[in-house]
Amino acid sequence: MATYEMVIGLEVHVELATRTKIFCGCTTRFGGAPNTHTCPICTGMPGTLPVVNRKVIEFAIATGLATNCEITRRNKFDRKNYFYPDLPKAYQISQLYLPICRNGHVDIETAAGRKAVGIHEIHMEEDAGKLMHDPWLDQTMVDYNRCGVPLLEIVSEPDMRSAEEVIAYLTRLRQTLQYLGVSDCKMQEGSLRADVNLSVRPAGSSKLGTRTEMKNLNSFKAIARAIAGEYRRQVELIEDGKPVLQQTRRWDDNKDTSFAMRSKEDAQDYRYFPEPDLPPMEISDAWIEQIQARQPEMADARAARYQRDFGLTAYDARLLTEEKPVADLFEATVEGCGRPRETAGWIMGEMMARMKEKQPEQLMLEPQALARIVTLVAEGKLNRQSAREVFFYAFDGGTDVDGYVAAHGLQTVADDSAYETVIADVLERCAADVRAYREGNAKVFGFLVGQTMKALGGKADPKKVNALLRRKLGEAT
Amino acid sequence: MELFDLAALELGAKIRAREIGVEEAVRACLARMEEKEPQVHAFIRVTREQALRRAREVQRGIDEGVYTGPLAGVPMAVKDLISTRDVETTCASRMLEHYVPVFDATVMQKLQEAGAVCLGKTNMDEFAMGSTTESSYFGVTHNPWNLSRVPGGSSGGSAAAVAAREVFYALGSDTGGSIRQPASFCGVTGLKPTYGAVSRYGLLAYASSLDQIGPLAIDARDAAAVTRVIMGRDALDATSVDAPLPGMPEGDALSGLRVGVPEDYFGEGLDEQVRERVMGAARELQARGAQLVPVRMPELAYAIPAYYVLACAEASSNLSRYDGVKYGYRPKHFEDLHDLYLRSRSEGFGPEVKRRIMLGAFALSSGYYGAYYNKALQVKALIKRAFDRCFEQADLLITPAAPTTAYPLGSNTDDPIKMYLGDIYTVSVNMAGLPGLCFPCGFDEQGLPVGAQLIGPAFSEERLLRAAHAYQLHTPYHRQHPGEE
Repeated sequence: MATYEMVIGLEVHVELATRTKIFCGCTTRFGGAPNTHTCPICTGMPGTLPVVNRKVIEFAIATGLATNCEITRRNKFDRKNYFYPDLPKAYQISQLYLPICRNGHVDIETAAGRKAVGIHEIHMEEDAGKLMHDPWLDQTMVDYNRCGVPLLEIVSEPDMRSAEEVIAYLTRLRQTLQYLGVSDCKMQEGSLRADVNLSVRPAGSSKLGTRTEMKNLNSFKAIARAIAGEYRRQVELIEDGKPVLQQTRRWDDNKDTSFAMRSKEDAQDYRYFPEPDLPPMEISDAWIEQIQARQPEMADARAARYQRDFGLTAYDARLLTEEKPVADLFEATVEGCGRPRETAGWIMGEMMARMKEKQPEQLMLEPQALARIVTLVAEGKLNRQSAREVFFYAFDGGTDVDGYVAAHGLQTVADDSAYETVIADVLERCAADVRAYREGNAKVFGFLVGQTMKALGGKADPKKVNALLRRKLGEAT
Repeated sequence: MELFDLAALELGAKIRAREIGVEEAVRACLARMEEKEPQVHAFIRVTREQALRRAREVQRGIDEGVYTGPLAGVPMAVKDLISTRDVETTCASRMLEHYVPVFDATVMQKLQEAGAVCLGKTNMDEFAMGSTTESSYFGVTHNPWNLSRVPGGSSGGSAAAVAAREVFYALGSDTGGSIRQPASFCGVTGLKPTYGAVSRYGLLAYASSLDQIGPLAIDARDAAAVTRVIMGRDALDATSVDAPLPGMPEGDALSGLRVGVPEDYFGEGLDEQVRERVMGAARELQARGAQLVPVRMPELAYAIPAYYVLACAEASSNLSRYDGVKYGYRPKHFEDLHDLYLRSRSEGFGPEVKRRIMLGAFALSSGYYGAYYNKALQVKALIKRAFDRCFEQADLLITPAAPTTAYPLGSNTDDPIKMYLGDIYTVSVNMAGLPGLCFPCGFDEQGLPVGAQLIGPAFSEERLLRAAHAYQLHTPYHRQHPGEE
């Protein structure tokens, strides 16, 4: 059996985090009762006209600059015409002929090594509304709240050869967009959506196979599964001597399979033409320079700074900066407690272990709370075991760390005489072990510490226990 | 002097001088409508109660010094494709028979701030597609000069309402001549401003890159006054621009003005009597001190087909939103989504609208875009350059506004091509985005008005108005109206 190579290109739609919509003043906030974030313009009432939100242009340029694109100086919008109830004007204002960014690339790193994934183009467009079918009433309702939310469509070159590369590309792209602050990239709210164009060909061939486009991919995991599934499906067709049809397919992640939505034959003719309501817009060098000068610190720069200023290892610095919300949390915590290493320890340890099922942007952990925990531990007022318990409280959004510690009696025993009494008691109880220790069996020391901690109800300051125990054992010699 | 022998500015002056009350003027117009409308049918909707309420409000405003402008209190009307809050805006289509906008067009807001009193919405060709006002879903409008003739179109209702003196001025819109041609047929003064001079926000779009709102008025000074109110950049219309307002035309001296006479506008197909009247108007301008210069514009031959491709292409997209989903006509029963679209649009639109949508969708479809839409864009650029060339030799051009005077109702309804060819003198002005003004310059032997068109470079409205005003100071035609039957 021949081996096959997959060729993948991605179309990524990103909702921009502008305050208002692309062509009107309505809010872009997610949610809201149906049709409350709307006005005559975004619902396409007769006689209304679009006016471009300059912030959208700036976000597009910033994204283009961060992905090494050329910026198109003379910008135009075009109309894409089609009928659907979620599209109130029956055309989408988009860019076909002159996308704002072209010919860029994103660098990725996988087990296969480093490589650049080409960006074919980035263009601006408006989002459509949402249809909601009510099976009970057998009625379809339309919610226009998302109508006119600005989108960037980022079209890659067909440069990816594995699911791993696709995920690396998406991770890198999302990281870039988040650091730029142009999008919050929440897949579950649909603010980042990826369509996968995939074809297969015999390994070594330079001719492209027929591609399909996969839609409805709601998580990175779904994307990886869909790629594996589609690769398998196409290879089986080829092996059976059947043709791969150029189709748009819909991935069903629950059934781990895809269904054909439409094929090339019934592809719509969108009758694109230049949008007459928006005059062409010149983007000046000065404007681009201004945006370039305002580009925020990106992940790599931040990681380098963490190594330099906080003395973190390259690995730790990179792990902390992978997701912007995590890096932001780290910095805010360090600001509150002044202890970068300990903070990094908590975040990379307890926090990341508990984040497996959570998206970083859903993080509820408040930096002041974590800073307080780090401080209490450093000051010996909270031991590791109790600190974990407080951390779980903070991870779920709790902010009153001191209150929680007090309410649950988690603070370490502060009274020295209590330690003295307990230690004297332990030494007496474990006379045999004390003897063994004094005869040179150093391991026994840990056992004695454990006994002491236990006797103090788990609320001892381990440093203090250590010091006192050593002193007592020494004294008795 | 009779009330209906006054121009809008003259009435405005009398209102400010408290010689006439606003309500009195409005009631006089409403009474005149009762007399004229059964024959003329210039209106789709007369908003009697709102008008009377508004008249009292404006009178108070004038008394309190809120409204000080020259048009305060003067009764007017608007074409039924300009959005009026809480008042049906139908585009003369079954599709929008019951559509009530929730907002006012920018021009309406500006007019309200100037103290205008709107008496109603005027008839038009359905979605402004036509040159006779016969394609209206709400019945035809008759030319007040001869009720068996068309008033022109698509702003036929606005032109007829002013000609019949049912109101003192009206707003129309002009995509390929829809202000100037009915002005010519009805003997009133109409101005299509430079593209971008007047906000299109609230104008139900036909062809966005060509549409402009403008006045149909009794004379050039009235047209100037209305234009001064409605012009200006609007934050809600990205294609609108800031330009200085045209000054009010004064005096009759035109010395130094070079008036181009393009022979291509006076060739085959032009009615002999129209030619004579328009040339007479040119000579009158000469008598006022202007210099007539011959210019050429052979590109005119390509204007009609290119215009219809561009206008219909944009229309096919602009009118897609009328799909029966959110507002407008929807059949009582339908099978599914596709059927809803199909039947809403088949039953909601009239034949001329469907013809243009199909023409435009075809011109934009893949495989034909280059041959039609792109080619038409090239012609548009060619025509722009041709005008630029003419304006190196002349300050403005004088041409006919239409090849004929008003023709009998029904004579062009079965032959759309013949009707399209009637737009020959006006469409190129829209394609070049220039201002065009039509003023009455006499009557043919059947007593029907003849209009002459002035075309100038972008934002030369003041020059066009000044020339027309100089002409009107020495001629009686703009003062004549059909009078009482």
